[in-house]
Amino acid sequence: MNQFTPVSSLVGGVLIGISATILLLFNGRAAGISGILSGIFDHQGEARSWRVSFLAGLLIAGLVGALWGGEPHQAVGSLGRVALAGGLVGFGTLLGEGCTSGHGVCGISRLSVRSILATVTFIAAGMLSVWITFRFQGGLS
Amino acid sequence: MSKPNLASLVAGLLFGAGLVLSGMTDPAKVIGFLDVMGDWDPSLMLVMVGAIGVHLTAYFLLIRRRPTPLLVPRFHLKTTQRIDTRLLLGAAVFGFGWGMAGYCPGPGVVSVGAGSLGALVFVAGMISGMLLFRVSTQKREEPAKVDPTFDSTCG
Repeated sequence: MNQFTPVSSLVGGVLIGISATILLLFNGRAAGISGILSGIFDHQGEARSWRVSFLAGLLIAGLVGALWGGEPHQAVGSLGRVALAGGLVGFGTLLGEGCTSGHGVCGISRLSVRSILATVTFIAAGMLSVWITFRFQGGLS
Repeated sequence: MSKPNLASLVAGLLFGAGLVLSGMTDPAKVIGFLDVMGDWDPSLMLVMVGAIGVHLTAYFLLIRRRPTPLLVPRFHLKTTQRIDTRLLLGAAVFGFGWGMAGYCPGPGVVSVGAGSLGALVFVAGMISGMLLFRVSTQKREEPAKVDPTFDSTCG
């Protein structure tokens, strides 16, 4: 457990919680990134521009993080596998109507049973996926 | 920039900052949390605890009883409590993809901003998967007449 970073995890989490609170209190929207991103294709005008603004914030935060801390973190695995992973995430988050932020943070915070179940499911699936991809018989290469 | 867009931008900046600070933009760290059979890193759990701790409290104390948000006419929150195969299958497919690369939508986008090629490939794949979903559901339903006030996704 030498990678465990309790303080920065909690502080980062608090920032995320504040962010979600701002978006809900001011804009009346759930900070679920899969919905925000996919909603850009679905909507126009104001319903699109708040989404673009939020995503711009994410991108800028990433840029500042990279300027501050050096190179971005390494991706894990081949680009082909990463692309496939992205496909599954894209399809699954729309089918399941949410992701780690939408269900995991926003939905659970509102005590949505639906989101609690979805979150348990995607965490379990993630754990199975890591086992299969990386651990089982040495992992897939 | 309109006030709602400014609030949204600020929210996005804070969200991204939280992800970067906690290391959630590092796929290896996320995989470390999901790696229950290996060298387990509980950090992601604490990120969720921090986020839910703040947001749940704020929701129940500040937001739930408000009739309207501060800058826009109404809330756009899902009211359905429908639990069905779509929800659980979708979550399973998402979770499986999440474990394969250690990216989910938020960290993926933030990492594109950081200049990660892997994240760019991930996000391209993600957008493809989303478009594939849209196309596959449109065949069975009416061509989407999207109600601009209804959010079909997110919690």
